[in-house]
Amino acid sequence: MRRAAAACFGLAIAFGAVGEERSASEAIAEYRQMLEDGNPAELMELRGEELWTTPRGPKNASLAQCDLGLGPGVVEGAYAQLPRYFADTDRVQDAESRLLTCVTTLQGVPGDEAARGWYRAGSDLEALVTYVATQSRGKPIAAPVTHPKESAFLAIGADLFYRRSGPLDFACATCHAQDDRRIRLQELPNFENPESARTSMTVWPAYRVSQSAVWTMERRLIDCIRQMRHPEPELGSDAIVALQVYLQHQAQGGVMTGPGIKR
Amino acid sequence: MKLPVFLLAGLLALPAAALAADTAEDVVRRSYPGATPEEWRARLDQDDVQALCSRHRNRPPEDVAARIVESQLATIRYPEDGRLLGDWKAGERLASIGTGGHIGRIQPDPPDRKKGGNCYACHALAKKEVAAGNLGPPLTGYGRLRGNAPDVVRHTYAKIYNAQAFFPCTSMPRFGHSGWLTPQEIADAVAFLLDPESPVNRE
Repeated sequence: MRRAAAACFGLAIAFGAVGEERSASEAIAEYRQMLEDGNPAELMELRGEELWTTPRGPKNASLAQCDLGLGPGVVEGAYAQLPRYFADTDRVQDAESRLLTCVTTLQGVPGDEAARGWYRAGSDLEALVTYVATQSRGKPIAAPVTHPKESAFLAIGADLFYRRSGPLDFACATCHAQDDRRIRLQELPNFENPESARTSMTVWPAYRVSQSAVWTMERRLIDCIRQMRHPEPELGSDAIVALQVYLQHQAQGGVMTGPGIKR
Repeated sequence: MKLPVFLLAGLLALPAAALAADTAEDVVRRSYPGATPEEWRARLDQDDVQALCSRHRNRPPEDVAARIVESQLATIRYPEDGRLLGDWKAGERLASIGTGGHIGRIQPDPPDRKKGGNCYACHALAKKEVAAGNLGPPLTGYGRLRGNAPDVVRHTYAKIYNAQAFFPCTSMPRFGHSGWLTPQEIADAVAFLLDPESPVNRE
């Protein structure tokens, strides 16, 4: 109760009484600090852990033997090393894509069923990604670029970052390749600058105050793509995975602190 | 007799070629299974300018830049009534509208939702609007500095219609060329920039 009251008070400060002398980011930083031990994303983390450990699906199995890249059942530190190549699927996969593989193979849930509504606030997939990402807190981002498909995806991801299309000619680079830029008052990370890339990539998944929802990195990217007026890429598609290989590469060495709090 | 030889050669060549030839374009082709043919045409396939600017990461060599300027100058169309200086109040409204044109299943706009110019997302304009972005240069006092003689008006209209004709590989959308804004709406934006009564020039 007290925590909820503090959160409301924080909101009022952050969004109700912003003076011109104080930037929006300062206000949000203050709000973040007030929520430091009460991020609503913690509820998603707990639900994700329950989904991970509870036997479910036609095979009545848990995800405890899921291989996220560091061996079956190893969750700690795995997210910080995604996306990566997986021999069993012969694909480079991000957290969403890999978790769907596990849900399908271990629990026997068809892929389209496991993915249905994944983008809605509180979906099972977002809860699972949040749980898995939290188990990398304190670990440096180190997505491997050793397998030929990982190297190929890094180069392709960079190309996609600069690939302009659509009625407004936008690419990721239009907004995210210069320092100290803003859309309106919203500050934009510069993914060409490793320091800025790390600041951004280490806090996802994050609780988004404006959406009252926890968003994963892939969910965030797909919203950027929507704002560019492009069609949505398929969940876990090669384009969205390659883009993340590039972004993680730019942010390598950044220490995971998520789940964070964003505007 | 020839056919099996071709087949064999093809089979041998395929795996290595498939791996080596996996480009960003191949990846794009297979990542949007839900996009309609019209969405591919208007939103994912690239025209020459988009392809060249992507390839050169928005820093085109001189000859490419000259080619872009030439081809894009030829795209500019002026309103039929010849009025390039419209209603600055309508232009001011347009500058604040950031909606329209979103597609997809997650959060699409209704198809008839008004598309704005969203100038404030990237440019400072009227001084009273403090929530202005800085991806583009500040345009406060634009008309006060330049006047509004016919050549200035024409130049300003052309830049909004197709900025690539002046700044090859600029970030600025080609508002007229893409049909995002109508010639009339562009004339309103020109007035917002150049009319002496506009808040861009008065404060």
